[in-house]
Amino acid sequence: MALKLAEYKTTVHNDWCAGCGDFGILNAIQMALHEMQIPRHRAVIFSGIGCSGKTPHFINTYGVHTLHGRVLPFAQGAKLANPDLEIIALGGDGDGLGIGAGHFVGAGRKNVDIPYILFNNAVYGLTKGQASPTLKLGMKTKSLSQPNSNSSVNPISLALVAGYTFIARSYSYDVRHLRDVIIKAIQHKGLAYVDVLQPCPTYNDINTREWFQGQDNIDQESGHQVPRIYKIEDRGYDGVVHNTNELGNKMAQVLDIANEWGSKIPIGIFYQNEFVPTYHERISQHISDYATNPPAKQPLCTTEGVPLADISKLLSALRIDN
Amino acid sequence: MSSALVKNSLSWVIGGPQGSGVDSAANIFSRACAQGGLHLFGKREYYSNIKGDHSYFTVRVAENPVNSHLDEINILVTFDAETVFRHAHKVAKGGAIIYDSSLVNISINEVPTIDDQSSIRISDILNTAGYPTTIQGILDFAKSNGCVVYGLPYFEMIEDLARGLNDPSLSKLTRMVNVIALSSSLALLKFDKKQLIKAIQTVFQTKPKVLGNNIAAAEYAYSYIGKKYDIAQFIYMLEPRPPLKEYLLVQGNQASAMGKIIGGCRFQTYYPITPASDDSEFLEANQIFDLTSGAKGSIVVVQTEDEIAAITMAISAALTGVRSATATSGPGFSLMAEALGWAGMNEVPVVITLYQRTGPSTGLPTRHEQSDLLFAIHAGHGEFPRIVFASGDIEEAFYDSIKVFNLAEKYQLPVIHMLDKALANSIKTCKKFDQHKVPIERGDLISKVDENLSTRSGGHYLRFRLSDNPVSTRVPLGTENAIFWNTGDEHTEEGHITEDPDLRNKMVSKRMNKLEKALSEIPIEDKLVCFEFGKSTGDITVVSWGSTKGAIIEAMEMLARRGKGIRFIQLRLLHPFPSYEMMNLLKNTRLLIDIEMNYTSQLASLIKQHTGSDIDYRIVKFNGRPMSTSEVYYAVSAILEGTSQKRIVLEHGT
Repeated sequence: MALKLAEYKTTVHNDWCAGCGDFGILNAIQMALHEMQIPRHRAVIFSGIGCSGKTPHFINTYGVHTLHGRVLPFAQGAKLANPDLEIIALGGDGDGLGIGAGHFVGAGRKNVDIPYILFNNAVYGLTKGQASPTLKLGMKTKSLSQPNSNSSVNPISLALVAGYTFIARSYSYDVRHLRDVIIKAIQHKGLAYVDVLQPCPTYNDINTREWFQGQDNIDQESGHQVPRIYKIEDRGYDGVVHNTNELGNKMAQVLDIANEWGSKIPIGIFYQNEFVPTYHERISQHISDYATNPPAKQPLCTTEGVPLADISKLLSALRIDN
Repeated sequence: MSSALVKNSLSWVIGGPQGSGVDSAANIFSRACAQGGLHLFGKREYYSNIKGDHSYFTVRVAENPVNSHLDEINILVTFDAETVFRHAHKVAKGGAIIYDSSLVNISINEVPTIDDQSSIRISDILNTAGYPTTIQGILDFAKSNGCVVYGLPYFEMIEDLARGLNDPSLSKLTRMVNVIALSSSLALLKFDKKQLIKAIQTVFQTKPKVLGNNIAAAEYAYSYIGKKYDIAQFIYMLEPRPPLKEYLLVQGNQASAMGKIIGGCRFQTYYPITPASDDSEFLEANQIFDLTSGAKGSIVVVQTEDEIAAITMAISAALTGVRSATATSGPGFSLMAEALGWAGMNEVPVVITLYQRTGPSTGLPTRHEQSDLLFAIHAGHGEFPRIVFASGDIEEAFYDSIKVFNLAEKYQLPVIHMLDKALANSIKTCKKFDQHKVPIERGDLISKVDENLSTRSGGHYLRFRLSDNPVSTRVPLGTENAIFWNTGDEHTEEGHITEDPDLRNKMVSKRMNKLEKALSEIPIEDKLVCFEFGKSTGDITVVSWGSTKGAIIEAMEMLARRGKGIRFIQLRLLHPFPSYEMMNLLKNTRLLIDIEMNYTSQLASLIKQHTGSDIDYRIVKFNGRPMSTSEVYYAVSAILEGTSQKRIVLEHGT
């Protein structure tokens, strides 16, 4: 019997602010799980700390709300121990690109087969609006006493050079687009990064919903407001690496488009490269039955507790009476 | 001086620049002795350096099992001038020094790797005794102490050997100095050459190219020293004994890693750090192993970007039902503190193998200390249950590596398994490990949940069910009908965030009650071991923990031979603290001596805290070099004779 969308929702009270972009992301994740009919017990949502960190509690699958900045190693550990789990990692921009930036890069080198969804609103919401790593230099959001004195990190470019093999961006108020991107990220064979632009109605009074809609972005000729967000697919952009010869060009094109900001902001799939072996494939190179006999599936002992491992050969090599 | 033969009792030291084959020479020597039926204990000392700095290996040989080293040296085997300068004055009367005879004119100032402090210290000794600060000077000084010195022209020997073998390319093989020097020492000891050759064959079995040359060099050196010197006069000798049946020659880090394989660890993470990396590297090199069924098992070892990733990955692997561990040392463990609390909060069984080294900060990265005890007990903010368990020797390290997983799973909490540099880098002959001695106990873990069970609260599985106080049934992530949540926030029985004061009280109590449960269930032999020496009534008690065990037991045996009655209590379970058992044991104690490798006597403060007993004497050491039997013996002797300060700082070591 098919699972209903409602079955992916918990009854836990959601305490996000009214109008928070997180709601769109939550809905899109639930819709993606529903669309893919992922059995609830097989899915595990891992999160970091912050407003985004609460997300797993609203999704009726296994949920692991971890530590600030550490969602990626947590998510990778479970996936490596039990590759059958359908794992989604998610977190905020401060979480993933500030305190967790080392893991953001480290994960790129491993290419574990998981999607990582980053709730990107340029502020630390839950601690009352400090500047996050994605807030542009010189911006002064509502609760800052001084303009931001740090340059922003570009997560799309960082993901590319760190080795993510799927890189996309979406917008929390385009839930269908976001849902489709998340599905593709889950289906991708390897580590997928999904950057989700989301207004923080409480603390980010610059990149607001109206700003994204282009309220102040007036076309000189027509006099109409032009939405800042545009879909790269609509312009014929193809981020998929179809053969390894085109890798350089495809990467260059990502860096190019990742720099667009201001009056036009691209969303869509920037990059996908399935030629890079996943970490599971790398392990299988030296543990040939890893896929069928991963750590989580190995029995350790008999019912009486007798260990099943037999290290006689190792012990023999250390013996001195032979 | 007595010229009585000293048979099969020896402290042998070999030294040279890091990278010159000190370890392989010591390995050959150890194997040769062990194959010859002799027991040994060896320890490795090295700088935080890749090549060139001084490293040395001490091997103590005896007819009975040994577990520690002595201060004095009976045979010093040197490759270079530095080793002579650093150790020659510690060679005991009747002992020998084997050295490169081309180095006699070298002055201490010409050895760039001898630091100023050491240079001044050694020069002072020589100046006071009236000898020049040259190799010849220190050798003459050693001779005046009753040592015999054997100068061998290593490079001429290699050239001569090359000529004999008609292979001029060999003459450049300075690498063979190690085999030449070590073979000479075995010849001096009149040890069976066959055992030497067999040991070389074992050590070089994976390098057939160099095997032949090394055997040739060994044979050459073995006969050379006897031609040049009258070695019959040398008082020490090693004589083969009946083979050591069912014994291993094993290192601490190997013991821990093998224990993990038997104990069911199937996932280990690490970030490179001395001296913990060897544990993970051993597992990685042996990642596929046999199963009793004839099939193969495997362990996934993951090198992470830092220690925070190492522990968080290990924790989440444990959430999938896997026995999971990470191995680290002090600096790495410091980074793990926050995640440790997460594991405590979420009742996750994870094992942290903590190889202590000298702190704080980077400290002496390749040296020994036991200064992380209180940190291991308190690491992390807030209050949560954990178990801190310490092994005292290589054998314990093996069996305890299985036990710590049992404890982690039975009580669903993080366990910190305390090992250290001295244990990791020591080698000894010990009884072959019994793979089935410690049964695996997985605690309350189920992999199937009945659909009805999941409805016990509004359709949700109660991972943290309060009525189970303190240990609830655990299910791996991915189990049907058992969806739960984890969070570092205080949580409900399902695992959702709560700030309810009543629930908070209950959840904290549920978690903390595990410590009482563990204390009531853990068998006494895993809490502490009580050794009685001589006619002990318990009125004189020595307490310690970890790898000081070997030196203490031997020192106590020496004291017992002098008619002293002493009790030694080795603490194994450090947290939760076995207060009840300790109070019982300390009831009749009138003299309590604490011995440990740190500045602040950390165990002493735990004993005071948990039993109220005051420590009368503290023997401490924090110079980075492990305690010797000699040091412990002299320090405790002085206490018993009433000539000691209340706090004794041991200072021996190079």
